This record gives sequence, structure tokens and C-alpha cells, in this order.
Amino acid sequence: MRDLTSRALDTATALGASYADVRVVRRLEESINIKSGRLEGVSAGESEGFGVRVLVDGAWGFAASHHLGTDEADRIAGEAVRIAKASATALRNPVELDGRPPAHGRYETPVAEDPFAVPLERKIADLMAADEALRHVDGIAWTESIFGAQREEKTFAASDGSYTEQVITHVGSGLEANAIDGDEHQRRSYPDNGGAWASAGYEFVRGLDLAGNAERVAEEARELLTAPPLPSGTRTIVLHPSQLYMQVHESCGHPTELDRAFGTEASYAGTSFLTPDMLGDFRYGSDLVDIVADATVEGGLGSFGWDDEGVAAQRVPLIKEGMFVGYLSSRETAPRIGRQSGGAMRADGWNRIPLIRMTNVNLLPRDGMTFEDIVADTDDGLLFETNRSWSIDDRRLNFQFGTEICREIKGGKVGRLYRNATYTGITYELWRSMDAVGDASSWRMWGTPNCGKGEPSQTGHVGHGVSGARFRNVRVGVFG
Amino acid sequence: MSGRHGIGGDPEEALRLAERVVAAAEAAGAGEAEAFVVASESALTRFANSEIHQNVASAEVFVNLRFVNGKRIGVASTGRMDDEGVRAVVERAAAIAANVDELEDWSGLPEADAATPLPDAWSDGTAHATPELRAEGVRAVIAAADAAGVTAFGSFSHDVEAVAVASSRGTRAAERRTSAQLLTVTMGPDNGTGYAEECSVDATSIDAAAIGREAAERARLSAKPVNIAPGDYPVVLHNYAVVDMLDMLGYLGFTALAVQEDRSFYEAGKRVASPLVTITDDGRDPAGLPIWFDAEGVPKQRLRLLDAGVCRDLAFDAQTASRAGRRSTGHGLPAPNPYGPFPTNMVMAAGDASLDELIGGLDRGLLVTRFHYTNPVHGKKVIITGMTRDGTFLVEGGKVVGPVRNLRFTMSYLDALANVEAVSRERRCIKGFLGGSVVPSVRLSSFAFTGATAEG
Repeated sequence: MRDLTSRALDTATALGASYADVRVVRRLEESINIKSGRLEGVSAGESEGFGVRVLVDGAWGFAASHHLGTDEADRIAGEAVRIAKASATALRNPVELDGRPPAHGRYETPVAEDPFAVPLERKIADLMAADEALRHVDGIAWTESIFGAQREEKTFAASDGSYTEQVITHVGSGLEANAIDGDEHQRRSYPDNGGAWASAGYEFVRGLDLAGNAERVAEEARELLTAPPLPSGTRTIVLHPSQLYMQVHESCGHPTELDRAFGTEASYAGTSFLTPDMLGDFRYGSDLVDIVADATVEGGLGSFGWDDEGVAAQRVPLIKEGMFVGYLSSRETAPRIGRQSGGAMRADGWNRIPLIRMTNVNLLPRDGMTFEDIVADTDDGLLFETNRSWSIDDRRLNFQFGTEICREIKGGKVGRLYRNATYTGITYELWRSMDAVGDASSWRMWGTPNCGKGEPSQTGHVGHGVSGARFRNVRVGVFG
Repeated sequence: MSGRHGIGGDPEEALRLAERVVAAAEAAGAGEAEAFVVASESALTRFANSEIHQNVASAEVFVNLRFVNGKRIGVASTGRMDDEGVRAVVERAAAIAANVDELEDWSGLPEADAATPLPDAWSDGTAHATPELRAEGVRAVIAAADAAGVTAFGSFSHDVEAVAVASSRGTRAAERRTSAQLLTVTMGPDNGTGYAEECSVDATSIDAAAIGREAAERARLSAKPVNIAPGDYPVVLHNYAVVDMLDMLGYLGFTALAVQEDRSFYEAGKRVASPLVTITDDGRDPAGLPIWFDAEGVPKQRLRLLDAGVCRDLAFDAQTASRAGRRSTGHGLPAPNPYGPFPTNMVMAAGDASLDELIGGLDRGLLVTRFHYTNPVHGKKVIITGMTRDGTFLVEGGKVVGPVRNLRFTMSYLDALANVEAVSRERRCIKGFLGGSVVPSVRLSSFAFTGATAEG
């Protein structure tokens, strides 16, 4: 591999690049999909190639190829330099990178049971058993159970001498029951809509106990069909971790991406209301809100050894006791606010450039109340569980979420069920209203394996650690 | 970017690769096999704050193999073209097929079906586009923005594809395709934003300066937006917003899998929209981004999805067609495909009004440039929530009187299309979820805005 990386870097440098890096990535993927007991699809994918990123006259160029060879490394490095020179014809602010030390070493996701080594028939049998348990419940129109695994073997080298190797393994699995009556369709999933995902091995899937939870969620799907719709109003809401992590993702993770704040994602995903002049001086949430971007936490989809610029994994405070204090950042953007990169540059495979992405953006737990204590402490409220829909404006202010299930809380007890539940608000108003957050007993990592960003589009795998929280005076029941 | 080790835009070479993979699968014991090959060379220049900040190109190959033994199917994919890559992908697919249960309702790979390739799917101008051409287009957009005192953001991209399908059933389909897209968001002082987009088979036909001027003017007009109370308003939706409605209808409703799973609104013969709304899926319409066969090598039929507001046709792939006892309509995606078939070339029929006439018909209402981050709240009812973006305007007495702050809507797109009272003559090709859509602008008698964003 060093032949190829050295050749690409040498060629780029000889052609005028002041900085160059190359990533060689081999990605393996496996998926299993079962619908109503029928093995709908099993697939195994492999993709490999390399991408060369260069800085010439302060402008970026990037080219990538699926063919691994030193001649191709020359050609791709040359193409990247040509592209960078074209970029320089419409450049107003030449790029300057921070001075991180060269990166060296090797990182592997801790994996107890290699998901690719587990026999296919074993994985199918496990999933089929869970799907069968779903179908024990009458009144279910159809069921779906999924398994997925992805492994990336990634080599990074840069013209400053950096050279790292990483093997990153992600797995996910889940199930859902669908109940339908006329034009009413209710879905209930476990552990999450689209499955639960982690950087781990097959032990994570075994630990989900899909079969043990199947009957419960199937019964909930059926009950939802006859539940009343959630009335509109302004209520106290408790967000179960299965919804709270999406709230963190959309209303804290994305607006703290420094490229968005600088406008470089404006043409697609949008910008951010959190502008650099607000750093350290803007009350984002209540005193209870502590949010960090932590690429070092075990099990997160955003955990790694180094980001795709060779910056070591680290923990970066974003919100501290409610105050906005930090960004997800890169070597290019961090110096513009007088900081060093927070190590958040990640690329979706060999054929995409790294972008600022979430690592694991976590709402920290606090001692004092378990999640059950929060529910018991709520006199009149609503418990929202499992994300169903999500939407937020291009500056990450106005959001609206729907959940699969919502239950009333009266006198600290969970009661009647509501269907088609939604809540909506303004980001900082919601987080300022947070008056309780769960302790470590309910805190765990959740994963988003489908985070879209960039042009050409990239799909990111990011993590969120949450424990559940309560918010006051939130508008609910918007259903059109 | 000309790939020394790639297939470039040569469909015959893509077909030879597909045939190699099928032959290797048959030699490894497949009863029948199918290979879908996409070889692409893509490039994209991205700009923000009126300068180029990202600029990329890549050469890729995607080979997807269906290895079939009786009713046992294994699917594997690879990005490699060499013998070892072909051997490995066959081995993986064969191993899956050997370990899965039979699909009871599997009726085999689609039979070979001849169709005529489309000359309109290819442009030499796009095939030979360079980083310098993209930079020139970007500079033209930036110049238009500079002239209007606003800042430009966006991207200029082009793709060259050679696509082929070969199967043991005799399917031999191959095509070369090109596409290009230029889009820009413009931002001015005082919170004005604008948008414009064009896509085409031919990158050299895109008028970058005109796109830049359109977006810049919109940003200038939308400066200093004011609050307006959410509620039901008559609206004019620009075609940039209408494309999302077509995408959602295709995704949630006009796919046979959704109907078979009883999660679609679709019922043949049921009226769901205004008589002014006719939507087809037409892979041969030269106004869009033509495609003549799907990922199973089946020629795409022209579908009348909504005929004067009434549900007619539905998109099928081989599997959903088999269940329904009919032939595929040529709307299959690469296997395995849990999402089902998809109409990738949607075309909404033009009306007879100009955009000014649409706006002129609003006594008091809103003009919406486009939607942002839409998502189904209830799939079967096609209730969607999302935000307006890049120019939302109050219209009074048939005239635009000023910009308003962005609004959230939560509404069934079916109800919205039932409210269509006028459709524009002018249509645009706009990239949708999976392909190019051809869409007009529309005027609706009512649209439900349920919230507003904040100033902060």
C-alpha cells in the first residue's frame, strides 16, 4: 500500500501541491432483509479505491479511482492538481491548515465476534426467529427485520509524513411491526426505526434481544391503530432516549458543524444559526445541558483513531452548562476561529472528500434522577418514544418531530396511548426549557447510519449518547 | 475525467463486463444469473461565499450480480473489474444462494425484451466537460451575484455513465448516459436568499449566467423578510417546490410494493388530485434525463400515474409484477431492493398559464420558491412536513408585495394537489430523488402552513 500512497503524494507534490493526502479504502458490506418471514434479500458488497486530495495555490482539488495501481496513482494525482488549479481561478481566500502533528499508528474497532465471520445461516436464523415472534401477534399486516454490517479498511497518508491504518466495523439490526386499517398505518419498531447501530461486532446484535422484544412492539403497533390522535396543545414532554438522540442530532449536531456556520454547506443542507461571534456568549440551553463531540467513546458510530485528515480522536465540548462553547471542526476551519481542529473530518468511502461530520455528539447524563424518576416526577405530560419523522429548517431553528408512540403521563404514571404524535418548536427555546436529564443508568449510545450531507451526496454514520430528558411548554399535536 | 482503467462512456465495454460476470456465475453453478453494471465518471465543482471551495472527480464501477439457483437467490456487488474481482463477487453471491431459503413467489429473472436505445440520453458536450468548463460556469454565477450585491453558493456537476444488463435469459441492454446540473443559492445582506437550478443531458447547454441572475434577483427581492402568521393560504409553488411533491408521490404511492403492502394511497381509478394534474413516468421524454431500461434490463414503459387527477398506472419491477401476475413496467432498482420499484422519470403535464398569471390569480397568498428538509409525517396519507426556503413572498392583489420569513407546512400532498387551480406552461428539468423530473409551477387554492421560524 505504501507504494501507491507514496507515489500519489510524490506526484502531487512534484506537480505543485503544497499539501496532499491520500486515502485507500476497502469497504465490505452485508445486509439481510426479512419481510413477514420471507427472506427478501441477502447481499454482500465490496468496494475499493483511493482518493487524492491536494492543495495548490491555496485551492483544493480531489480525484479518485477504483483502480489500485501506481500508474493510476500518478494519473489521479495529476488530475487532482489540475482540478485544484481550476479551483484557484475562483478563489478569494486561500486555504490555510492548522499545524497538527503528523499522525502515525493503527486503530481497530473493538470487536468480540466478527460479524462477517458469523455464519450467514446463523444470522438469518437469529433474524428469522425475531421476525416470527413479531408474527405471533394477531392483527399485524406485515413485519420487517433487518441486519447490516459494514467494515472499512482504511489507509491514510499525507505529505507531512502521516501514515495511519484503521479497521472500523459497524453493525446494526432491528425489527418492525406494521398494523394497517383503511388509510391508517401504524409502525412500531425495536430498538429503533431502521434498527440500532454501533461500532462493534455481532455481540451487539445478540445483546439487543430482538426476539424478546418482538411481541411487545407488535402489540403496540396493533394498539396504535385504535388509539386517539394526539390533541394539539402546549405540554410538558419527556423524550425517551430513542427520540432524544434525534433531537440532539438535528438541533445540536448539525448546527455546531463549523462548515455550516461558514456557509460552505449552504447550497445543500443549509447554514447554522450558531455563528462564531456567539461562541461562549450564547445561551443555547438550560444549565443542565452539557453536550460534547466525543470520537473516543466505545461503541459509537463516530468512534475512530484518527479522522480523515489524520487528526487524533478527541472529546470536544459543544455546549457547557447551557452555553454554546464549541464546534465540530477541521484543519481548514478551526484556525479561522483561533482553534485547532477538533478532528471531525470524515469521508463516505474512497471516492468522497472528507467533510465536517458529527462524531458522537452526546448529551451528558447528570446524577440525581433516573429516567424513571423523571417520569415519576412529571405530573401532567407526554412521553415520546422512537423517532418516526424529522424535519428542521436550513438554519436549524424550527424543528418538527414525529414519534411512533406517545403516552400520556398523569401523576407520574404512564397511561393512555396516542397515535401520530408530533411536537415542534425552536431549537434554543426547547433546550432552554429542559429541566431534567437522566443519569447514567439509562445513558447509552444510539446510532444514525443515514446522515446525509454534501455534494456529491455522502452518507455518514454518527453516534449519540443520551439518557432521556424533560422539556416544558412544548407545542404538540401538529398533524396537518 | 478520462479513465485509463475505466469503461468511460462505452456501453459495449460495460455490457462485455456484465456478460463476463454472468458467464462466470454460470460456470460456478448458477442456474441463471444477471449482472447490472454502472461505470461512471463524475465531477462536481462546489462554490460558497462566491469562491470555489470543493472540487472533485471520481471514476467508479458498480457490478451487481444476482446468482440464482432454482428459487434461491444471492446478491453480491463489487467495484472491481479484474478477474479476481469477478471471481470474488461470484463466490460471495453463490455462497449466499447456497444458504438461503427458497423465495416461494420467485418467477425467475425477467425475460429478454428488446427496445430501442435513446439518442437523447447522451451529450458529447458533457462527456468532454472539464474542470475548466465547470470553473467558467461557476465564475459566471459569481459574476451575476457580484453584480446584484449578493453572495453565491452552489455546485456545477456532470456525470458520464455506461450502463448495461446481461442475463442468462438473454437480456442484453446497454446504454450511455450523461447528465449535468447547476444549482445556486444566493444570499444577500438583510437575510435575503434566492435559488435557481437547471439540469440537462448537455452540460454546455446550461446558461450559468442566467441561473446566477435568477437566483441573485430572488435574493435581492427577499431581503428583510417579515413575520407572517402561519395558517391556510392560497399559494403559488415554483417548480423547485413542485418537484418534491412528485418525488414523495413516487416514493410513497406509485410503487407496486407499497400497494402490495397496503401502505399506499393508490387505488386504480380513484380521483386524488385536481383534473389539472396529469403525471406520467416517461424515460423517453427528452425534456428530462432519459433512461430506456431499468436495473433488470427491462425497457421502461411510459406510465400514466395520474391522469387528470385519477390514479391509473403503477410502477412494477420483476418481483412485484410476478406477485401481481403481470409483466414488469421497467422500474426496478438494483437487487436486493427492499424499497420496491420506483418511477425515476416523472413528468407533470404543462398548463396554459405563465408564472405571472399564476401569481396574478392570488388575491392574498404566498409565493414559495422551494421546500427544505421534507419528511413524511404519515406515509399512507402522504402528510408531509417541511420548511419553505430561499424566497417566500406575500402576494396581494396579484402582485408580489414583499418577502416573509420561512414557514413550516404540514399537509397531505394529495390534498394539496386536489387544490391545484392553475398550472404553468413553462416547465423545468429538476433532479429528484433518483432521476430527472419535468415539472411546472402551480397555483393552489389553499396550503397549510403550521409554523414559522425564528429570527435568531
